[in-house]
Amino acid sequence: MEDINTKRKNYIGKKIWAQRYLMILTLPAVLWMIIFNYVPMYGVIIAFKNYEPYIGFLKSPWVGLANFKELFADPTFISALFNTLKISILKLICGFPAPILFAILLNELAFKRAKKLIQTLSYLPYFVSWVFVVGFMYSMLDPRTGVLSVALQNLHIISKETLMMADSKYFLPIVIVSDIWKGLGWNSIIYLAAITGIDGQLYEAATVDGAGRFKRMWHITLPALKPTIVILLILSISGLMNSNFDQLFLMQNSMTQDAANVIGIYSYKMGIVLGRFSYGTTVGLFQSVVSMILLVLANYTSRKLTDESLF
Amino acid sequence: MEFIIKTKAEKVLDIINLIFLSIISFLCLYPFYNILVTSINDPTDAARGGITFWPRVFSLESYKMVFQNEDIINAFYVTVARTMIGTIIAVLFTAAFAYGVSKRELMGRKFIMSMTLVTMYFGGGLIPTYILIAKWLHLKNNFLAYIIPNMFNVFNAIIMMTFFSSIPREIEESAKIDGANDVTVFIKLIIPLSMPVLATIALFNGVFHWNSWFDAMLYGGSKLKTLQQILMQIINTNNNVSVLAGNLGFKAVSSESIKLATMVITTLPIIFAYPFLQKYFVKGIMIGSVKG
Repeated sequence: MEDINTKRKNYIGKKIWAQRYLMILTLPAVLWMIIFNYVPMYGVIIAFKNYEPYIGFLKSPWVGLANFKELFADPTFISALFNTLKISILKLICGFPAPILFAILLNELAFKRAKKLIQTLSYLPYFVSWVFVVGFMYSMLDPRTGVLSVALQNLHIISKETLMMADSKYFLPIVIVSDIWKGLGWNSIIYLAAITGIDGQLYEAATVDGAGRFKRMWHITLPALKPTIVILLILSISGLMNSNFDQLFLMQNSMTQDAANVIGIYSYKMGIVLGRFSYGTTVGLFQSVVSMILLVLANYTSRKLTDESLF
Repeated sequence: MEFIIKTKAEKVLDIINLIFLSIISFLCLYPFYNILVTSINDPTDAARGGITFWPRVFSLESYKMVFQNEDIINAFYVTVARTMIGTIIAVLFTAAFAYGVSKRELMGRKFIMSMTLVTMYFGGGLIPTYILIAKWLHLKNNFLAYIIPNMFNVFNAIIMMTFFSSIPREIEESAKIDGANDVTVFIKLIIPLSMPVLATIALFNGVFHWNSWFDAMLYGGSKLKTLQQILMQIINTNNNVSVLAGNLGFKAVSSESIKLATMVITTLPIIFAYPFLQKYFVKGIMIGSVKG
């Protein structure tokens, strides 16, 4: 027996030795993942502790579900939860169909060079930072000098004194519109790719059968896009708990703070600004668990209804 | 679809569609243009408003003020450094891993793969990561806080793996017969062969580093501010009218112009890189979506 074992060990040792160069390439990133992905995952247990950096991770006392109890009793958190859902659902309703429509219209465009140019220009907003976007929103919505604000005043949509960026009434519309502006072109890429994959003969056959342009869009293009739409919809639903942190964090100011109070920002303020690490982690954990449940539910529903699913 | 004979109504639809899409692309472009022309206008004159398509009083005053500001100059160096160093390290580090895992004979490959995929769905979240970097690794006020936590990215690794698996084995085998080991093959053969995909990932990383501000806010401290972070501070200072003459020390009337000039400067590199960016990015997202 011993003999076989040592032989086996020798064999494994030899195999590792033979692969030593492959290991040199692979293992550093494995180590990186352990440190930067798995250690923080383990660190989530401070949600059940009262973590104080100077006491240390292991010695900080367990507090059970106390952090969660405090969380659900805090009206600021409840309003953050509702704000998050409100913003995310509005983004889903307005922002999700927009790139699909854009891709279909772009595909229908008869002028090939214009199509290429429009496509190229529409990706541009994706590459700039939210800092830049929020910066020009302040400029363009300035009541005296802002081009967009002046245009809206001339159309009598807003009054002369309206500071749109500092008015919680306009906060949501601005969030939605700027979100669509930034992602429209980029998010349409994946749909355009799916459209390109459609067999041209389908369109020919439909035309021979007398289908007009809208019928072709409805009966060929949209069904061909269905798998892509369903997968992205599942992902969007699982992302309902994350309203864009960058965008809202940068857009908030003293007048719009309450409207911009979403879970991500609440967690940041509690955990890092106030240094309540355990409490902030609790917020984040709640957010991830709900996201996970949403993902599983959306995936399950979609598999039952459409036969498409992520896993 | 040239075979379809179009009726008059369809041609009208085509024109309407073209006009509609042109308006959309105009809206995508115009904010950039408006900021550019306002930034090259005289600051005092610009405060009157009404600059839409052309500067009224041409002046580079705002840019002069920006280039005299030491905070901004310093932030420029920090941002360039993190973009270049961060990108090169991330691409090589991720590529080395992706190459190793693309080899079927690698021991523990299945385990490493599932370990990698888990990180796509689960994570510790903001605060445990912050504690790790700031309290345990003591990377606060350290340039490495920009580099090390962003060295690896699962999605980029998967795009690279897909590409590496498609490289014919014969190419490597002939090199190995000549006595080269995996590391040499990777450096001398695989990297030059994979330039398109490496460029894609480099651009992903480059844009990420250039645009980042949040990690700078968390870990950077006063010496390591990035351009976007400075821009954020200028924007916030502008909003709070009471602190207009605020911590960056600008005259009140010109602070809007300073903001615009800084916006132009921080965005120009992206605009210049854009023709390459959009070509490679689109390819990258395709590779990713085909597999994913």
